[in-house]
Amino acid sequence: MSQINVRVDGASYTDDVEPRTLLVHYLREQLGKVGTVVGCDTSNCGACTVHLDGEAVKSCTVFAVQADGCEVTTIEGIGADGALHPMQKAFHEMHGLQCGFCTPGMIMASIDLVNDNPDPTEDEVREGIEGNLCRCTGYQNIVRAVQQAAGEMHGRSAGATETLGAQS
Amino acid sequence: MIPAPFAYARPTTIDEALQAVAAGGEDVKILAGGQSLIPVMRLRLAAPETVVDLNKIAELRGVREEGDAIVIGAMTTHSDVIGDPLIARYAPLIAEATETVADRQVRHRGTFGGALAHADPAGDLPAVALALDAEFVLAGLAGRRTVPAAEFFVDYLTTALEEGELLVEIRVPKHEGWGTHYEKFNRVAQAWSIVAVAAVVRREGGRIAEAKIGLTNMGPTPLRAAGVEAALSGVEATREAVAAAAGHAAENTSPSSDLNAQADYRQHLVQVLTRRAVTAAAGL
Ligand SMILES: Cc1cc2nc3c(=O)[nH]c(=O)nc-3n(C[C@H](O)[C@H](O)[C@H](O)COP(=O)(O)OP(=O)(O)OC[C@H]3O[C@@H](n4cnc5c(N)ncnc54)[C@H](O)[C@@H]3O)c2cc1C
Ligand code: FES
Ligand code: FES
Repeated sequence: MSQINVRVDGASYTDDVEPRTLLVHYLREQLGKVGTVVGCDTSNCGACTVHLDGEAVKSCTVFAVQADGCEVTTIEGIGADGALHPMQKAFHEMHGLQCGFCTPGMIMASIDLVNDNPDPTEDEVREGIEGNLCRCTGYQNIVRAVQQAAGEMHGRSAGATETLGAQS
Repeated sequence: MIPAPFAYARPTTIDEALQAVAAGGEDVKILAGGQSLIPVMRLRLAAPETVVDLNKIAELRGVREEGDAIVIGAMTTHSDVIGDPLIARYAPLIAEATETVADRQVRHRGTFGGALAHADPAGDLPAVALALDAEFVLAGLAGRRTVPAAEFFVDYLTTALEEGELLVEIRVPKHEGWGTHYEKFNRVAQAWSIVAVAAVVRREGGRIAEAKIGLTNMGPTPLRAAGVEAALSGVEATREAVAAAAGHAAENTSPSSDLNAQADYRQHLVQVLTRRAVTAAAGL
């Protein structure tokens, strides 16, 4: 066992973990943060994406011991005081999900993308979330949601993006 | 799946890391970004007794200038490579190819040195290092040695790294005034190259003075397209001359057949991609 000190979604934890424990399993099973999910065994799907010291990573491909001394943000820690984060709100409004399994990872990857690129084009959004697979939506509404949220996160009006009503 | 149990060491200097590797028992694995190693451990294709994590070794990270070369620390992440000003100035081909590697999450963790040490034939950075005549600095308990890229890649997933050695840095000769391009063919949802070509071209007026061509996934190791390089040397810089030279790209290659492509298709593709890569690198 190794002892780790981590901050997760703003709270500090000191825990013993086996070195082989994956960060995602630590989050789900030791901290009960089941908002972050596991979708594959091959580091391909991105469902497990969290932010480690502010950068999106696949938490199934990092050992929990490696997060010692770090700040982790999961899907459960992005909304403020019960209000949705602009990215969550945009996924909701633009129908950026169907079954919802890919959504936590999609949202965490998309926030990371928009932090780096405040006004991504459609192609840049598609490139930016290439590490996240969705079996349901066909990505179209996910891309719209990310672009709408980018506008809101950087203080632009939503008018630049097409709304769902207008396209259907 | 969850990896098999292992002992974990997190050294903070290269010397400590070498000691930890030496003391780690029969089967020791070095952990860099973990983006190839952890998936393999999850599938239990690797079950090392000890894992030595290099992530806390500050001296292995970053890029510096040293005379006519830049020196890239093995633990410099793919995202840091993409944003580095020295790489942008003296070896932009590395950044261009690294942008095509995997996805942003994997690029935040994966490292330049890890990708080279892993030596996957479909990996993008080995052929780039080969085309740029990079040199690999390896450290062992007995000291350091430098190995040219042409000798570093030995076979499928096999490099010149001996048991107990670490790849510490990669020296890349400055390529100011050269035109470069990385041309890659891959599936949309899988960034691994089916075939890719790294072209490094120096023009003198209307002629191509020198060309260095690295091939990804055309055999168990990255290859230099010697036939294309010879055919380009001194030719007039025209699209026709480049197309003719690219016809040599499949010579002495031995690509595999897999779910993505048959060997003969790869041998066709490499000629097409070489023409595109050299045309772009030569500014035609
Ligand atoms: C979903 C996905 C997609 C990917 N797509 C691509 C792609 O399109 N193109 C591409 O090129 N790569 C791709 N990769 C691989 C990625 O680039 C990895 O980061 C890289 O292959 C390994 O680097 P790492 O730092 O993660 O090394 P690790 O996984 O930590 O290590 C890999 C191997 O190298 C050894 N090693 C690492 N560092 C050293 C060192 N300093 N000295 C000695 N030995 C060392 C390790 O022991 C291990 O055997 C992908 C990976 C994933 C998960
Ligand atoms: S669970 Fe699929 S990438 Fe992590
Ligand atoms: S909404 Fe079902 S996988 Fe994306």
